[in-house]
Amino acid sequence: MSSNHTQHRQKTAVLFLLLCLCAAGLTGRLAYLMLYRSEYYSRQARELHQRERSIKAARGRIIDAKGQVIAANRTVCTISVIYSQVEDREAVIAALSGRLGMEADAVRKRVEKRSSREIIKTNVDKETGDQIRKLHLAGVKVDEDYRRYYPYDSLASRVLGFTGGDNQGIIGLEAVYESWLKGINGTILTMTDAAGAEIENAYEDRIEPAAGNDLHISLDVNIQKYVQQAAYETLEKKGAKQVSVIVMNPKNGEIMAMANVPEFNLNDPFTLNTETAEGISEKEKQELLNKMWRNPAINDTYEPGSTFKIITAAAGLEDGAVKLEDTFSCPGFRIVEDRRIRCHKAGGHGSETFLQGAMNSCNPVFIDVGQRLGIDRYYHYFEQFGLKEKTGIDLPGEAGTIMHRKENMGLVELATVSFGQSFQITPIQLITTAASIINGGTRVTPHFGVKAVNNDGTVIRRFSYPSEEHVVSEETSRTMRCILEQVVEGGSGSKAYLPGFRIGGKTATSEKLPRSLKKYISSFIGFAPADDPQVIALITIDEPQGVYYGGTIAAPVIADIFENILPYLGIEKGEETVEETA
Amino acid sequence: MAKKNKPKRFYDYSLLFCIIFLMAFGLVMIYSASSYMAQIQTGDASYYMMRQLKIAVGGLVLAIIISKMDYHWYARFALFAYVMSYVLMVAVSLFGKRVNGKRRWLGVGSLSFQPTEFVKIALIVFLAVFITYMGNKINSWRAMGVVCGLALPIAGIVAANNLSSGIIIAGIAFVMLFVACRKKWPFFLCGGLALSSIFVAGPLAIFLEKIKLLQPYQLERIHVWLDPEAYKLDGGFQVLQGLYAIGSGGLVGKGLGESIQKMGFVPEAQNDMIFSIICEELGLFGAVSVILIFLFMIYRFMLIAGNAPDLFGALIVVGVMAHVAIQVILNIAVVTNTIPNTGITLPFISYGGTSVLFLMVEMGMVLSVSNQIKLEK
Repeated sequence: MSSNHTQHRQKTAVLFLLLCLCAAGLTGRLAYLMLYRSEYYSRQARELHQRERSIKAARGRIIDAKGQVIAANRTVCTISVIYSQVEDREAVIAALSGRLGMEADAVRKRVEKRSSREIIKTNVDKETGDQIRKLHLAGVKVDEDYRRYYPYDSLASRVLGFTGGDNQGIIGLEAVYESWLKGINGTILTMTDAAGAEIENAYEDRIEPAAGNDLHISLDVNIQKYVQQAAYETLEKKGAKQVSVIVMNPKNGEIMAMANVPEFNLNDPFTLNTETAEGISEKEKQELLNKMWRNPAINDTYEPGSTFKIITAAAGLEDGAVKLEDTFSCPGFRIVEDRRIRCHKAGGHGSETFLQGAMNSCNPVFIDVGQRLGIDRYYHYFEQFGLKEKTGIDLPGEAGTIMHRKENMGLVELATVSFGQSFQITPIQLITTAASIINGGTRVTPHFGVKAVNNDGTVIRRFSYPSEEHVVSEETSRTMRCILEQVVEGGSGSKAYLPGFRIGGKTATSEKLPRSLKKYISSFIGFAPADDPQVIALITIDEPQGVYYGGTIAAPVIADIFENILPYLGIEKGEETVEETA
Repeated sequence: MAKKNKPKRFYDYSLLFCIIFLMAFGLVMIYSASSYMAQIQTGDASYYMMRQLKIAVGGLVLAIIISKMDYHWYARFALFAYVMSYVLMVAVSLFGKRVNGKRRWLGVGSLSFQPTEFVKIALIVFLAVFITYMGNKINSWRAMGVVCGLALPIAGIVAANNLSSGIIIAGIAFVMLFVACRKKWPFFLCGGLALSSIFVAGPLAIFLEKIKLLQPYQLERIHVWLDPEAYKLDGGFQVLQGLYAIGSGGLVGKGLGESIQKMGFVPEAQNDMIFSIICEELGLFGAVSVILIFLFMIYRFMLIAGNAPDLFGALIVVGVMAHVAIQVILNIAVVTNTIPNTGITLPFISYGGTSVLFLMVEMGMVLSVSNQIKLEK
């Protein structure tokens, strides 16, 4: 019996030892989990417990040349309820449905939904949000948020662009300068239980949002307003499809105004600005919206027509192929190879000097200049003036030039190109090239963006743009200014004449393709003062009804715009009309 | 005068204190682990703690009463209890209340209990009586076979209903037989096999499932155990939440009451997974302390068993020791994902009336054995 007893004792001791081993093993396992793996599991647990609420950063504003804010932020509120924290459900439903103008049933549905956080309404204006916050209803959360707001509604809509649901730029400057404008969102980290309810007094981490930078642009609201109004008047008066006006500083490429009417309301960019048939499909609507958002001055090309004679003239003068006093004769047409190319004046201009030919916008004269240069030289100047490349404007989707390939160009093509037909460029390309010819020969980059400024007023970046000097000589440039001033003083552009101002310019009436439709784009490019251009403007009127000559309908609009903006720009009426030496 | 002649008897106050300490610590931890969710669910933060407190106090009184009785007295009920176990297990699988799809509760109205807890205690007493009755014959292969033949059917019936309890019951029988028997190697062999099965569990489980010995849901548990993060949302949720709690405890824990995992992340944190909350709040330090207290308790069991006046008493203590030790080890092993998940409570600490009540009866029995130890001859 006693041997049994000892044996039992031994066995119990062995058992105890084994259990100690097990305990030691488990302790080792615990130590592994709680020390070695602690960081990993802690992080996992924290991710599970922390709820990240993002605090939206304010997007940078867009500010015009005179300091006017043209794209701002409006504080809006998001109203939501946290189910587990609501105390008096009926009171919450009554208060919210009343303040938010919602059906009580709709609010009830959300208030009574068992979810950690249910959004009742977004984009509630700040006043209403503040009112609701003052009620101190348990379980009702009012979160502030920013929303883009454009104080001038449709002003320069296709230039500025708008932002989407996440406050990201979608088109226009908003899209191009996204990285400057958008801020860095902040976060609030709160601890929650498994149901998602925030745990009171738990530690809260807060990363403050960083606001975006303000974008200062060269656009001037006052000029834009006037230009847009003038464009609208033209649009209505001429029953045109669309009117675009660009006003630019020819010396540095800063764009002061760019109107493309009809514009659309930036605060409501998803509503079409034209009347449409009922029941169009989503796809059709999207296509119409895309069309509405397009910037035709940059995204669309057209045959420039006679305004392009500026380029032909500059090329001819620069090359020495033509001089102002060279005489030409216009019988009303010119035969190039087997083709008879008509002048707009059926009877012909008769004998005329080059200057007179330019004033008359005589096609045969420019055909002759082109032919004198030849395909090689002409093409060389076309490229030298930068016409083959995009202008590099800081707006999205700039269209490229559609031009004959040099090896495919014959004399007939050369002849048509010489007076602006059979190839296509964008309006911005035309005004940029014209600017470089009249500004002394510097090819500038058209642009809006001037500088990015952070919210304590420090300039973060002053944007710079490439420019190329001497695309034409100073002398050619001077001669061109003189020719174009004569066009306005006594030639086809006379409707743009403003007493007391020296204005240069060139008209154009382009036939749209196919020519059989007899649809036109009337345009006029003008600049002032003619001796020292500080502003250059281009108007294109798409499909005007009735009289469609650029000299008749486009030139007066530019005259009207200049009459108003020149004094505003500090260019005073001068009495003397001393001509520059040509 | 008669009193003076009576030999002075031992009473293991260390064990009693240890029991009371564990119960009190358990109540504190139940309150800490359950108060947040109890507040949300019942509106009373101390709901679970108070329920447990009543049973714990009742159980303690019961344990002290039993400890003052002669343990030989209830030997006569051994066979009856053994038969009763079968009756209760059959009854529970036929009429039991379904909780989470399993019939595990038996009772009328609010008075209900889990018969498996009764089976454990009945088997301990019954095997103790039977092995004592066998005397030296127990060392024969045949007697061992008979003991197995008596323990395994009931363990099997329990396992069909509640696998973990079946394992515990089989484990208790195994340990009692090991202590009683002269043979060593068959037991070490069995133990070694069981241990090594952990390392080949994956392929083995797939094989067992193929031959229909394992339910598909049990196979899934094995997969979850091997890689809980792959089953984040379904099977692995509980285990993973437990690991998050344990891991975020670190060396000294977040402090009592500071657990976040108890806020609905660890499901029913006051039950099987309470050890993970202990780890989170008290850290490795607290967890090791709890293990040490249990080891101390087992040490006391060992001493009592070694000094028990007879084999019957010693075997009862060994049975209880096996019960407590197996549950503690398996519970911690489950919570730390050392073995596949199966529902085992942590003795004295986890919430659960039946478990505490029967544990206290067992403690009463052990104390009763200790009380029979004569200090002076």
